[in-house]
Amino acid sequence: MGIFDKFKPKKIEGVDQSEYLTLKEERRISAENKKIFREYEKNRRRTVDESVYLTSMRDPDNVVEFDDLHTYFYTDVGTVKAVNGVTFDIPKGKIVGVVGESGCGKSVTSLSLMQLVQAPHGQIVSGSIRYQAEDGKAYDISKMPMSEMLKIRGKDLAMIFQEPMTSLNPVFKIGDQMDEVVMLHVAGATDASAKARSIEMLNLVGIAMAENVYNSYPHELSGGMRQRVMIAMALSCDPRLIIADEPTTALDVTIQAQILELLRDVKDRINGSIMLITHDLGVIAEMADFVVVMYAGKIIEQGTVHEIFHEPKHPYTVGLMRSKPNVDNMVERLYSIPGQVPNPINMPSNCYFYNRCDKAMDICSKEYPGMIQFSETHFAACHLYTDDKDAVFFEALGANIEEEQE
Amino acid sequence: MDNTNNILEVNNLKKFYPIRGMAIGKRKSYVKAVDGVSFSIKQGTTMGLVGESGCGKTTVGRTILRLHEITGGEVKFEGRDLSKLSGRELRRLRPQIQMIFQDPFSSLSPRLPVGEIIGEAVKEHKIVPKSQYRSYILKVMRDCGLQPQYFYRYPHEFSGGQRQRISIARAVALNPKFIICDEPLSALDVSIQAQIINLMKDLQDQFGYTYLFISHDLSVVEHISDTIAVMYLGSIVEMGEKKKIFANPMHPYTKALLSAVPVSDPDIKMNRIILTGDIPSPANPPSGCKFRTRCQHAMPICAEREPVFKAYEDEHQVACHLYPQE
Amino acid sequence: MNKQKETELKNQVDTSNEHNNSYTDASGVETIFEQNFRVISPGRMVAKRFFRSKLSVIGLFMIIFVFAFSFIGPLIIDLTWGYNETQVFKVERTSDMVTTADFPAPDGRSYDYFDKSVTVISFKAPPSGDHWLGTDTSGFDVFTRLMYGGRISLIISFIVIFLETIIGVVLGGLAGYFGKWVDQTVMRVVDIFACLPGLPILLVLSATISSIESIPAEHRIYYLMAFLTLMGWTGVARIVRGQILMLREQEYMMAATTTGIRPFKKIFKHLIPNTMPQLIVSMTLGLGGIILYESTLSYLGLGVPFPRAAWGSMIALADPSRGQEILANYPNMWVPAGVLIIVTVLGFSFIGDGLRDAFDPRMKR
Repeated sequence: MGIFDKFKPKKIEGVDQSEYLTLKEERRISAENKKIFREYEKNRRRTVDESVYLTSMRDPDNVVEFDDLHTYFYTDVGTVKAVNGVTFDIPKGKIVGVVGESGCGKSVTSLSLMQLVQAPHGQIVSGSIRYQAEDGKAYDISKMPMSEMLKIRGKDLAMIFQEPMTSLNPVFKIGDQMDEVVMLHVAGATDASAKARSIEMLNLVGIAMAENVYNSYPHELSGGMRQRVMIAMALSCDPRLIIADEPTTALDVTIQAQILELLRDVKDRINGSIMLITHDLGVIAEMADFVVVMYAGKIIEQGTVHEIFHEPKHPYTVGLMRSKPNVDNMVERLYSIPGQVPNPINMPSNCYFYNRCDKAMDICSKEYPGMIQFSETHFAACHLYTDDKDAVFFEALGANIEEEQE
Repeated sequence: MDNTNNILEVNNLKKFYPIRGMAIGKRKSYVKAVDGVSFSIKQGTTMGLVGESGCGKTTVGRTILRLHEITGGEVKFEGRDLSKLSGRELRRLRPQIQMIFQDPFSSLSPRLPVGEIIGEAVKEHKIVPKSQYRSYILKVMRDCGLQPQYFYRYPHEFSGGQRQRISIARAVALNPKFIICDEPLSALDVSIQAQIINLMKDLQDQFGYTYLFISHDLSVVEHISDTIAVMYLGSIVEMGEKKKIFANPMHPYTKALLSAVPVSDPDIKMNRIILTGDIPSPANPPSGCKFRTRCQHAMPICAEREPVFKAYEDEHQVACHLYPQE
Repeated sequence: MNKQKETELKNQVDTSNEHNNSYTDASGVETIFEQNFRVISPGRMVAKRFFRSKLSVIGLFMIIFVFAFSFIGPLIIDLTWGYNETQVFKVERTSDMVTTADFPAPDGRSYDYFDKSVTVISFKAPPSGDHWLGTDTSGFDVFTRLMYGGRISLIISFIVIFLETIIGVVLGGLAGYFGKWVDQTVMRVVDIFACLPGLPILLVLSATISSIESIPAEHRIYYLMAFLTLMGWTGVARIVRGQILMLREQEYMMAATTTGIRPFKKIFKHLIPNTMPQLIVSMTLGLGGIILYESTLSYLGLGVPFPRAAWGSMIALADPSRGQEILANYPNMWVPAGVLIIVTVLGFSFIGDGLRDAFDPRMKR
């Protein structure tokens, strides 16, 4: 009997329920996905007239406006609603920080803006992303054909990635990679003018021996240096918006300080906007003018950096701030948000933060809260404020934080 | 020095890696990943080891455990020199010193169920009698915030935070005295980091573990440690009690590190010391003081002589030429 | 006693599982773990990726067909008609036989001799209802022999591949895990084996074995299997060593070291299971090669001894050095065997390629 026991499936009865999809469910999901892919494929082949994607901005001072954007991923385990109704603006010359934990959809939002969502699995389902070009024309990026998109991607919209180690091609010299961008987007650029431009940009990002760096290969540079090169590359076509996706996460603290300083400096010089995506509240506090807090594909709170950090409304925002140990502010025990970061598949219709929230009420388990306005710029989606916008409980909580600081 | 309370004493620890691929006849050169590190940890306390990438902090942790062979110096655990133990003796001692790894995705064997991951070594070292094995594992899992039905699940079903709990449970199940935590938080989300920090503190309160907490995040280290050592390029530049280091950082590098940490308050505009340049390669470190290439206060003497690691107040040692060397 | 254990376990679980989804950790902070979606098990994921490629499905069908043909086929023949591969059929048919000759007659002129007669041939029957692919030069049923030939080829290749893998895993595992001189020794042996020319040695060896009279002809095949194994394990050893060198640096191996478990357990519980995907792929791809080897040997008359059937020896009937007659006039005797060899080898490589892609974690789609 001893030997046979080993081959029996080991299960604790009543406790071990399967975490796996059944074959039937899996087939159903596959079939649905196939149908959806076919649909999108058909639409994609159509040629689009300019009038279809020409639009007008809500506010002419904005560079980019996200309007009820939905980006879904049709995966083998179900539809991941990575971005599920996101609306916010990026004003000219400002830094907008998008903050959230892994899987909250902050990166997918930026990829949607660049039309870099991996088709056919990822699709912009509905909503629009309006972009205002230099000549004042506004385009809807979600409807734009790829050929048109190529003209603005990398030129007007530039992106800096998290991993400076992998975002440069190791077999080409830095100079060649930088020149390529210039040659592609600047009309009438010659080899010599492209080189001059590249070196100018390398100087701009504070690289002392620009000539040397221009002639070296990516592996010869350190991480911080590579991130500088990436920024120089992004700047070389005078972008109107720089999307920085976790630009300092892979870097050391001292290097991070250098890069943040550089980004701020550069923004003022080119008079562009920055969309800064990060999970680090400290970086946001330091850099951003406006803050967007995302959770499970939705915006749960947005406002100016002062509003978010001094009068946080949503329990998640508050929890995030309190759960980070602070050098100047000692607490015996850290506040921690219980539970785990959700993966936005099969989300229920209640508040997504409901099961982790210590202020949860009955209504929270029933419907998703709408956005509640607190000031001209400050919004939060929480049932706590449906009746009472004066935020009684958070004043108490704010006092609590101050107490701890002493 | 009173060292009866010290659970671990590291004296002049060195770990050099030979650089291969040299032409024949050329002298062999070394990367000095850890170059003369000494510290001691008191029973039941936490020591934070801070530094940037490539400063050798991870190597220190792994060398203490003899995951890498020790090049020089000694590591005394409860008075026994680990560097002199034979393989078999070391294997017997292993359960007492555990490690929690950085990447919760690669530190759990993908083909073993959770119960087996946690319990494998418990069986091996006969920590509990066979009849109590399963209830013991379930108890450890409960202590670490894992539900019992995870016993037969596989690691790929879990998120990063839960995996890190499994990793902690594996270490805790062996009833260790000393746990080395090698950046256990850096791969986790902010809200999960707080959970893990709290879990580790609770376990320490409950079972009296001693931690060596290796991290690049000063705020986390400050929260969890009693003493702090700051490493730069293979050596400790400043070491002391947490409060003294944060109230009165003496080494320019410590000052720069402290000021570089972003603060979660938009109104505080810090007067930041921004270091220029990058960390030099440990294969070819600068002469004298290793930090001089990035230091604002570099003096001629810094290039000539290595500063002495010296105590300037009780429980606070610094290696810098700015302070009297005699 | 077992029951008692189970109830004991249940009790433990019951007490520790009072709150179902909310869970209290040591600190008293309620920690909620629940997942709102279910995932696909890794095994199913592999299957899904495998079946996504059309080629691997075709390969799978080819192999299923070959297996059914060579393992179930002989049983059916045996049960319904009660004969086997060495049954001689004398299918008599008449054939015109023409004899011509020129010869100088004594009268100095040349004469033509022409004789036409009818003879009875009992072998080399053409395909018919009774013998779908006819009979061969010895009067064996070709169709039946195809089945038996496939059976022996598949059995041999499976035995060889398993022996190869066992030797390769043990030696490669030791080399990869212990490194240093063990690695050096094993890998140099591998190098030596890898640079031996397989086919010439096999020819010499077979000739030697068949000339030794104390070895019965039926046993010859075992020696050849042993030799094939000896030539083949080096590839497996290389793969395993490479994998283990890579896996050894993983953090979970370090974790295993820090928990102080024995090296033996580390190798067989942590390392080898993680090399399984690569091993399965290399085994599948290797099978085709061994079948080819075996066929070559049989073709040269060094493999499975007559009168047992083998695909290689069936093709050998058409050996042009023994006359063009069968090659030209009796394709029913040798073409089917050739087709089966191609189907089997292709099938195995399609499956192997499919498995390799399915196991590769980078193939996320």
